Amino acid sequence: MGQRRWHNLSETLIEWVIRLCGISAIICVFGIFFFVFREGADLLFHRFDIVQFLFSQEWYPTSQSHIRYGVLALIAGTASVTVLAMLMAVPFGLGAAIFVSEFCGPKMKEALKITIELLAAIPSVVWGFIGLTVMNPLIITVFHAPIGLNVLNGGIILALMSVPIIVSIAEDALKAVPDSYREAGLALGATRWQLIYRVLLPAAKNGLLAAVLLGVGRAVGETMAVLMATGHAVKIPTSLLDSVRTLTATIAAELGEAPMHSDHYQVLFIIGILLFSLTFAVNLIADLIVKGIRNK
Amino acid sequence: MVTPPKKIEVAGLQVWYGRHEVLKNLSFDVYDHEILAIIGPAQSGKTTLLKVLNRTLDSAAGATLKGTVKIDGEDIMKVRSVFDLRRKVGMVSPLPVGLPMSIFDNVAFAPQQAGLTNRTELADRVERCLRQAALWDEVKDRLRTLGSKLSGGQQQRLTIARALSHQPEILCLDEFSIAIDPVTTMRIEEVLKQLRSQMTILLVTNLVQQAKRLADRTLFLLSGDLVEIDRTDVIFSDHPAQRKTYEYVNGIFG
Repeated sequence: MGQRRWHNLSETLIEWVIRLCGISAIICVFGIFFFVFREGADLLFHRFDIVQFLFSQEWYPTSQSHIRYGVLALIAGTASVTVLAMLMAVPFGLGAAIFVSEFCGPKMKEALKITIELLAAIPSVVWGFIGLTVMNPLIITVFHAPIGLNVLNGGIILALMSVPIIVSIAEDALKAVPDSYREAGLALGATRWQLIYRVLLPAAKNGLLAAVLLGVGRAVGETMAVLMATGHAVKIPTSLLDSVRTLTATIAAELGEAPMHSDHYQVLFIIGILLFSLTFAVNLIADLIVKGIRNK
Repeated sequence: MVTPPKKIEVAGLQVWYGRHEVLKNLSFDVYDHEILAIIGPAQSGKTTLLKVLNRTLDSAAGATLKGTVKIDGEDIMKVRSVFDLRRKVGMVSPLPVGLPMSIFDNVAFAPQQAGLTNRTELADRVERCLRQAALWDEVKDRLRTLGSKLSGGQQQRLTIARALSHQPEILCLDEFSIAIDPVTTMRIEEVLKQLRSQMTILLVTNLVQQAKRLADRTLFLLSGDLVEIDRTDVIFSDHPAQRKTYEYVNGIFG
């Protein structure tokens, strides 16, 4: 009898531990949101001009005469660098995943996967360093640009950082497609490309979308590398060779110098909330797309 | 008795997976417009034999092959286009695989890849194949829904429709009735009897009674060895040539 009770007790205990692990992610997300929100709440609810914040491109947080907190240029900076990075990283990443999963032999596959993981492990400050010392002179020579720290530089660096994530998640998604699909497709006389395009990609689309989203998330949230590679100029870019500044880089660069609990300090936290909302919106939209596809 | 023309000629066929020999020196012919049942316990090499015919064995890692297989007198290892060969050989796998596309596209896929783009012709082809697979009436109002939303039995008939979609001359069915109920199985068996007038059918089955019901001839495969191939009534008689055949079809072993 005693043994039985002990058994039940441990069963319940294990169930609770696992439940706790499961909801810990939710607790963390809400916790982070709460603390970021708290730091910015005082300004946000009392004397905050949200229209100026979102639609003005004038970011003068330390002006002597007229302080203005407009982040439109910073949003444009983040958006331009992210979009450029994804334009390069998504086709490359998915292409590489298709190659690794469907085309190359086992030895090559092993070598590629290890290298790709290695690429993912390079710290972002090293990427920033590459942007600063390798890409910068290269862009100046090739495009005759006055300065090589710009959208193009940041975009390329971010693309290089996102590709390994996209490749490994997308490759997992393709690997998860049952072999019976491949056999059925081949038996119908499909060529390799027809098989990939009509069968494998549709079958793996949820995982592939997740891969792209994680890439976007990485690009939007990346701080150090873009801080070093984009030139840090508050300006809505009109060409790839314009310097920009991103939301994340602004927080990183200015938080240390803003006096604790000053308006400037709080605005930086509001930018944090904005970033939070942006990634949340991206994830939500993707989720809806996936659900839409599934219910079709 | 006039010998019917030979559709498939297999001579000295050997297949290894790594160092494991799964087909051991098989030689036999398949005649045009016959139903040939291939019976034998698990691990006999039945599925491998079918994979040789449409050369999907090519993409299996570590498989090697010796001997010749001819279809219509042409060595399949030397055909110009393996894709044309695969269209000539329809394949129905044991577990239904609804490809991740609509019911219509599942059936239209192969003809489209082969270059049929005329919409009315395509629609006709899809309807005809679905009718042949006894599925049309159940799906005609929802051809645009995903093939994978169908029930198991319906998906199995969908794979049969798909296998017919590229108008094969040889139809291979690998244990098509594992996933479906007896009533549907009987319906498909009726379909197969009708299809015999249009094509040659190879039927791999674990149900010896199914072989008895359908097949003109039956081939008994045991651990990669061809034990016996003969008219079905001989195989199922009290005196097939091999003692083992008698024991297997009567459930004494296997």
